[in-house]
Amino acid sequence: MSAQTLYDKLWNAHVVRQEADGTALIYIDRHLVHEVTSPQAFEGLKLAGRKMWRTASILAVADHNVPTTGRALGIADPIARLQVETLDSNCAEYGVNEFRMNDVRQGIVHVIGPEQGATLPGMTVVCGDSHTSTHGAFAALAFGIGTSEVEHVMATQCLLMKKSKAMQVVVEGALGRGVTAKDIALALIGKIGTAGGTGFAIEFSGSTIRGLSMEGRMTLCNMAIEAGARAGMIAADETTIAYLKGRPFAPQGAVWDRAVVYWRTLHSDDGAQFDKVIKLDAVQIRPQVTWGTSPEMVVAVDGRVPDPATMIDAVKREGAERALRYMGLVANTPITEIKIDKVFIGSCTNARIEDLRAAAAIARGKHVAANVKLAMVVPGSGLVKQQAEHEGLDRIFIAAGFEWRDPGCSMCLAMNDDRLSPGERCASTSNRNFEGRQGPGGRTHLVSPEMAAAAAIAGHFVDVSKR
Amino acid sequence: MHKFTVLDGLVMPLDRANVDTDAIIPKQFLKSIKRSGFGPNAFDEWRYLDHGEPGMDNSKRPLNPDFVLNQPRYHGAQILLARENFGCGSSREHAPWALEDYGFRAIIAPSFADIFFNNCFKNGLLPIHLAAEQVEALFKAVEAMPGYRLKIDLERQSITAPDGTVYQFEVEAFRKHCLLNGLDDIGLTLQHVDEIKAYEAKHQAAQPWLYA
Repeated sequence: MSAQTLYDKLWNAHVVRQEADGTALIYIDRHLVHEVTSPQAFEGLKLAGRKMWRTASILAVADHNVPTTGRALGIADPIARLQVETLDSNCAEYGVNEFRMNDVRQGIVHVIGPEQGATLPGMTVVCGDSHTSTHGAFAALAFGIGTSEVEHVMATQCLLMKKSKAMQVVVEGALGRGVTAKDIALALIGKIGTAGGTGFAIEFSGSTIRGLSMEGRMTLCNMAIEAGARAGMIAADETTIAYLKGRPFAPQGAVWDRAVVYWRTLHSDDGAQFDKVIKLDAVQIRPQVTWGTSPEMVVAVDGRVPDPATMIDAVKREGAERALRYMGLVANTPITEIKIDKVFIGSCTNARIEDLRAAAAIARGKHVAANVKLAMVVPGSGLVKQQAEHEGLDRIFIAAGFEWRDPGCSMCLAMNDDRLSPGERCASTSNRNFEGRQGPGGRTHLVSPEMAAAAAIAGHFVDVSKR
Repeated sequence: MHKFTVLDGLVMPLDRANVDTDAIIPKQFLKSIKRSGFGPNAFDEWRYLDHGEPGMDNSKRPLNPDFVLNQPRYHGAQILLARENFGCGSSREHAPWALEDYGFRAIIAPSFADIFFNNCFKNGLLPIHLAAEQVEALFKAVEAMPGYRLKIDLERQSITAPDGTVYQFEVEAFRKHCLLNGLDDIGLTLQHVDEIKAYEAKHQAAQPWLYA
């Protein structure tokens, strides 16, 4: 048999049948469900009188709409409350395993899946959420789907799809001080663009990737979708296996040993062919800051806001001009001179314990700058919050003037009350800087947790590699 | 799902790249547990001068006269002409729901984001890739001629312009078949129940931990 990529292996292991034009029926092992993209799917299932195929494959949680303060009082917004209650009642009716809002295991769906060991190597993992690519960090084939497909998986445990092309992103070398997985992701998107990965499944490999923790790998795979790739993935290795051991949903005993034998095969074979290969030199990557309204509008922290006048491509130039107007920025301004109003440390990209530790290490003994109206830390799950409190990180943040919140998606997409006001500028560890993403008229700069914490303290962006 | 066969429709140009699904339907409208009624909030932040929230009477809100959708010459448009990477970002199917509910039946662009592209087909909305030069030519033609229409024939995979120019486009055979016949994917998949069960038995034997 010829050499296979990791993607080939995962794909081939899940083909139920194939149509003449290459459209395949792919079996889904794990289905993660949240309140925003599932109500219409449950309703469709009911209206058609269909049964759920394998209820045990589903893990459900409310994350997008949940408040991050005063949770004991419930959800004030009646429309949001109805959506969360609808998830609760649908899960109860179908017997779906759900972590409810006041369960300590509740959190952002892409944080809790891996945390529980519900995401395992070799799985196909789907969720009605584009950041499902996160789970590819475990050598899983994981991708976001729409609500019609959520219903399709509920009813059939399968999806109809065509195989994507395979892209390999090879990152070699040691990361510099203050440079993180987030910066690798943003540097990659800056290089290939937000459509650079469209039509591809990306495998990240190379010595830099092997050296990342599982949490770093999740941050990187999480952002694959911002490069246009529906799926990002990383080979399973000892880091993957060590992370999973003992997690509640992970296998145990003899079955664990058997699983590990299989998981060790989940890597691209020597000589496997990719449709496209991108190489990045880790040493060249600096802490990144986005300046515009698309994640590809990004520069290194020691750079300047680009000048649209120097852009040759008309569509790009007009996009940059529009972005600068929206962002209230002047071309050629040094990034470190940009002052911020708010700071958000959270999201499925950067709300895990290592992210909070890194941010706390910078905030320790300092205080949020006077011009920063709000700096908030939103842990990715109740268990991350508990661990952080056990380590005293909450006290560091609170003493530094940060707010310490309850877990959820929060100001990554501002569906709850956590949002920017028009014109406010935010250093955010989230994944999207689209117009209005963090609130209408809000201005988002995507950065790593270290960079966000340092910006909170200084009141403007600072180069954490020079601390 | 309704069928898509032939569409002769007015074209509306949206001249910006990387139009994301947050722009197509902002997050506050995602709190709905329904599948319909998103049309009045399609492109909400660009379309209205005030801030929209669910439950507002959209007919009373101030329109942004500069936004292309509000220009009288494009009223009733069924074909959206767009730029690169249309529909990027979130997987929210509310984006195609909003476009379809507004009245769009087809979108022409040089490229689409994968999840959005896929979601369109589930809702009787046809996304068509054309080469960047062809899209550029269409933008110029639409701008130059009020009432510019295109005729899209899915069976023939062709788009005919008023001047008689014909553009051929690609579409996957299976998706085309489903769209032409208005077929429900789930119903089709459930014709293969035995194969799914056979796969499941084999898969469970090989990886029992997935079924614990």
